[in-house]
Amino acid sequence: MAESIFGIHERALQVRTMRGEVLASNLANADTPNYKARDVDFRQALRAESDKFAKDSLPMAHTSGRHMTGDALLNTQDFLKYRMPTQPSLDGNTVEAHIEKAQYMENAMQHQATLEFIDSKIQGIRGALKGE
Amino acid sequence: MSLFKVLDISGTGMHAQTVRLNTIASNMANVDSVSSNKDETYRSKQPVFQTILEGNMNEPAMGVRVKEIVESQAPLKMEYNPNHPMANEEGYIFRPNVDINEEMANMLSASRSYETNIEVMNTSKQLLLRTIQLGK
Repeated sequence: MAESIFGIHERALQVRTMRGEVLASNLANADTPNYKARDVDFRQALRAESDKFAKDSLPMAHTSGRHMTGDALLNTQDFLKYRMPTQPSLDGNTVEAHIEKAQYMENAMQHQATLEFIDSKIQGIRGALKGE
Repeated sequence: MSLFKVLDISGTGMHAQTVRLNTIASNMANVDSVSSNKDETYRSKQPVFQTILEGNMNEPAMGVRVKEIVESQAPLKMEYNPNHPMANEEGYIFRPNVDINEEMANMLSASRSYETNIEVMNTSKQLLLRTIQLGK
């Protein structure tokens, strides 16, 4: 029910939150030797989710007629990639604070936009219910 | 709500940087602690950071902690100063291997990292507040 109201934005919110977490952990580990910065391939993650959404579900593979049917769940982890550093550092750390900060800012803005979309959906439904 | 996890992660980052600032303060404070033999002389302390894995490699977001605090292996400064009250029989005193320039640079780096973590927390806080206000 909730999915049909908010559409892709509900999924987008989850991916944004996850990406925020990954970027925050990159920034927290900016001084950890050998830490490798990671990021979520948002486009790929969302495309997979929207494909799933369009088809309504991604059926689980079954090899026998007696297997129960179910939906396979894609995980955001499946879209985690390592970042290529532009200037490698001596201690093997690949976090570049300016890039991570810019990405975090961008992600926060997109997160806000997603919240805005969901909010206007709610306003629309509320308006329809009130009959205004 | 996993946005709270961002607050935890940044919290660990801030804690680690505080430990780093503490060791820097200790190094700076002890820069003039002279002694009469090698073993008793203060050595520069440096924290080593480590990612918190908590046995779960699949978890994408991880905090940071201070793994250990190591003492610098750089040679101590030996100084011939027979009139010094701490001088040994040969007339030498030992000064710590603290490099003030290095410590200053480290201090700036630590405070910048601390600020970055605060900014991340602030942004998450705003997003959380906006989420709470959805539909109002």
